[in-house]
Amino acid sequence: MNARGRTVQVVGPVALVVLAGLLGSLFARETEIYFINALISVVIVVALYVFVGNSGVLSFGHASFVAVGAWAAGVLSVPVDEKAGIFPALFPVLGEQTVGNVASLCIAAAVGGVYALLVGLPLMRLSGLTAGIATFAVLEITHNVLRYWDRIGPGTNSFSSVPETTGLLQAALGAVIAILFAFAYQTSRLGRQLRAIREDAAAARAVGIPIVRQRLWAFGLSGALAGFAGGLYVHFLPISTEDVYLSLTFITLAMLVIGGAGSLWGAVVGGLAVSALDSFLAEAESGVGLAGLSVDLPSGTRLIAVGFLMALVLVLRPSGLTGGREFSFPRLTRPPEPPTTERSAAA
Amino acid sequence: MAALNAQTVVDAIGLGAIYGLMAVGIGLVFGVLRLVNFAYGQLVMAGAFALALSSEWDWPAWAGIALCLAVVVALSMAMNVLVFRPLRAESPAVMLVATFAVAFLLQSVALLWFGPLGKPASSLASLNRPVTIGDVDIRKITIAAIVVAAICLAGLVLLLERTTIGLHMRAAAMDFATARLLGVRAERVIGTAVLLSGVLAAAVAVLLTVQSPLVTPGFGLNQTIVVLAGVVVGGMNRLLSATLGGFSIGFVSGLLGGALPTAQSQYLPSVVFGLVILVLLIRPGGLFARAEVTERV
Repeated sequence: MNARGRTVQVVGPVALVVLAGLLGSLFARETEIYFINALISVVIVVALYVFVGNSGVLSFGHASFVAVGAWAAGVLSVPVDEKAGIFPALFPVLGEQTVGNVASLCIAAAVGGVYALLVGLPLMRLSGLTAGIATFAVLEITHNVLRYWDRIGPGTNSFSSVPETTGLLQAALGAVIAILFAFAYQTSRLGRQLRAIREDAAAARAVGIPIVRQRLWAFGLSGALAGFAGGLYVHFLPISTEDVYLSLTFITLAMLVIGGAGSLWGAVVGGLAVSALDSFLAEAESGVGLAGLSVDLPSGTRLIAVGFLMALVLVLRPSGLTGGREFSFPRLTRPPEPPTTERSAAA
Repeated sequence: MAALNAQTVVDAIGLGAIYGLMAVGIGLVFGVLRLVNFAYGQLVMAGAFALALSSEWDWPAWAGIALCLAVVVALSMAMNVLVFRPLRAESPAVMLVATFAVAFLLQSVALLWFGPLGKPASSLASLNRPVTIGDVDIRKITIAAIVVAAICLAGLVLLLERTTIGLHMRAAAMDFATARLLGVRAERVIGTAVLLSGVLAAAVAVLLTVQSPLVTPGFGLNQTIVVLAGVVVGGMNRLLSATLGGFSIGFVSGLLGGALPTAQSQYLPSVVFGLVILVLLIRPGGLFARAEVTERV
């Protein structure tokens, strides 16, 4: 595919995110938070996509990278004089300074990335179901340690006094940055080698692609983006360990699979579509009429609808809403070459 | 100290027996469908709610158990027809995520129906009383768990080894395509596996509600995660190694739970899952798998 065709692929996701940001700015604060939440979800789903989509290996561990990013950003950005009150048992070295907004997001990304690299170093040798269960184990351990070790964070409590710097603009910018990183990676030599491994690991190894190393790079980048998302998240809401555990793992995987795990476009579409449905149902639960449509649903319906929708999409369209294809203008450009995925499937 | 150790060991065996049963239920379906049923815990949860409702209605214990069995088996058959069958041709990852969705769906239904606080199931509470043997207090439920597990496993072995359908199931687990070519009926084999796995889930529901009578929407979820890890650690490819894996992780959790000092006991999940990662790294094919089973990449 030529350079122009490639550029078109990233225009779609970026435009969609910008559109979501602009749309959100039309609303009052109560509705705006749904848009901020959706954009942060997009960052997490894109992070998940960088590894799961490109490598084809399932990961249940990404909520733990979101968690460590959130912990790093949250603990460091609370004002120094309030730290003793909020984190009584904190390591002294963490309590001595406060970092600003941008620095805290960068630290969140760095912590997430380093943690993912460390975890990935042994784990990336595994594949298939074994890898899935091992990443699940990482999630359990991270959740367990963050929940009970009050020397590195709020323990069982929620964060408080973290500056709420993630507004609509920051969330939208964050999503664009994540998309650009993901796109740069997947079109790079590293990304294409990883996709070759996904299609046929034995053939990829035969032409000299180092499987473990390629997976590890993706895992690290993906962890950094997830940590970054955690930073955005903790600057948006006073979160606790339960917010970055099983239901986050479930909902972000659902978003990725519903959108289509094979493409960046799918990750963004899935993230926004499921968030939109979720927010609409949340509004409907509180009995507010939306766009002339007045529905009053009992609380809890939202979760049922999301679970049902996800099962339905999987049964009817296992490759997701976008079918795992990247964004393109079908009539403006030349007919696209068939993606490698399909060629190998047909062979 | 010796008494405490014996106590811990007995409790650990009881926990191992329950986890072993769950592992068999998960392993049976995996054998024929190559599908990891993440929603297994929600089958157990549904059975537990059936027991809770029947104790609320003052039904006798046997009626409650019958209701539990009916609910769980019906639900697992429905899952097979509505979700497993349409997805049979998909990759294991898609199937796993689909059962993830079913688990989430069922849990949300329970949350809406029964509320987050749950209901108590108390018909069989008398089984919680201890029997003292020597210095060791054994709760009757621990004995019941071990006996039930032994009976279920023995029945299953007889079924698999001595009946035609058992032979078909073993053949299907080994190589589904070849088995079908030789005249094994796919739907019957899969249906039987799902049915048996439902019956086991019902048994687990009864045993678990006696141990912890408060049934909440999250009931069975944590156990499923631990058992899934155990099954993979043991080796998914054979029913025996999966069962041993399930038993071992229950047994080890029980032992560590007794051995860790109280101040550190909150970190028990970290220790258990740390061990899981360690074993997976050393033996990715499974602790009890045959040595020649190696993954291609």
